[in-house]
Amino acid sequence: MKPAKFDYLRAASLAEAHETLAVEGGDASIIAGGQTLVPLLSMRMARPKVLVDIMHVAELGGIAVKDNTIRVAATERQASLLAWPELTKRQPLLSLAMPWVGHAQTRTRGTVCGSVALADPSAEIPLALIALDGEIELSSAKSKRRVAAGDFFTGLMSTAREDDELIEAVRFPCAKPGDGHAFREFARRHGDFAIVACAAVATAQGTRLTIGGVADRPTAQDFGTLDGSALDDALQDFAVTLEAREDLNATAGQRRDLVRKLGRQTIEEARACRA
Amino acid sequence: MPRLSAEQRHRVRLTLNGRAVEGDAEPRMLLTDFLRHVLGATGTHVGCEHGVCGACTIDIDGAPARACLTLAVQADGATIRTVEGLAPEPGRLSVLQEAFRRHHALQCGFCTPGILMSLDIYLRDNPSPSETELREFLGGHLCRCTGYVPIVAAALDAARLLKGGHA
Repeated sequence: MKPAKFDYLRAASLAEAHETLAVEGGDASIIAGGQTLVPLLSMRMARPKVLVDIMHVAELGGIAVKDNTIRVAATERQASLLAWPELTKRQPLLSLAMPWVGHAQTRTRGTVCGSVALADPSAEIPLALIALDGEIELSSAKSKRRVAAGDFFTGLMSTAREDDELIEAVRFPCAKPGDGHAFREFARRHGDFAIVACAAVATAQGTRLTIGGVADRPTAQDFGTLDGSALDDALQDFAVTLEAREDLNATAGQRRDLVRKLGRQTIEEARACRA
Repeated sequence: MPRLSAEQRHRVRLTLNGRAVEGDAEPRMLLTDFLRHVLGATGTHVGCEHGVCGACTIDIDGAPARACLTLAVQADGATIRTVEGLAPEPGRLSVLQEAFRRHHALQCGFCTPGILMSLDIYLRDNPSPSETELREFLGGHLCRCTGYVPIVAAALDAARLLKGGHA
């Protein structure tokens, strides 16, 4: 498994990365940590003409809080977010989900934004972005825009990013005081891609459950204050609407079963954590 | 750095186990192949080539990382340690390597270079790990011989010795 040929450009500035994307369009691919992209290159599922390495662009670094939002810039490694001292206080759901992203040995290089850009339906960071109603900052040589997570993920490994755009940062809203959060995942081995991953946020208005690994993208649904058999019924309906995928790791039926069982546990845990 | 053409080889310079080394690589060359075929450092093993098995794990700039998920050109300028750099001198093993031998923490040895590099960094940063923490960390490696029990025992023993305990 060796990648096909491509040119390599180590961008020195954001402008240089933008310029290359403007000229090459869909033939160019941004590389940051490479932990999702390099396997795709090796399996030749991705065949870019040029790779633009943005890891040396200083202006694309930083984790910062502003207006009750955690902004994680494009070159921040997953390990850096996990080690960020304010993570648990600012957004408990992220501190619960991040240890499930790959392995310690891949989080050292994989970036938060890279995982969002490649949009694997089993990946935890896109799931967290949907669960929290986060946003993606996109920019090109000629424009900048912010896209809501719900509009960004458009299907299996596909997103609303245009060919000349790159992700400058992703934005996670900070937790509101008193909200309850829970994250649960089922995989063959800790650190492997999720067969089913569940994130729940419980507020005074009700509980929202987001599921990854089942549909072609992470999907959220509000369950209000439903409990007992009404919650079971609602989870059953939700599991069916997700049109579960079947692959080597699990059948569609197993995935639906996990949505019902693990989903319920996650909802109940989030509610129990609510102050 | 100018745009590196796919059709040519380009000079890559890095520090490998304390020595400045260099060699030529096409942009598409993985760091595993650069280490093994260009630099001749064959201690780093190639297993799955998509980041799952952990056999190729090395130390890149002080953190454990998959050499197979890194391009050689990305590593230009990096400081790298591989399994060849663990032993303090010829004929002597490191504390961790010696613990692996004592506890039979390897059979075929294919996964061992990656596991040693991961644990070497982990024990440096976490001198008193619990068994649970170690097992979670080792989740990034596959071993098909040992069942992991002797690997965990060796790591715990090495941690104890590195803190000044007696063999």
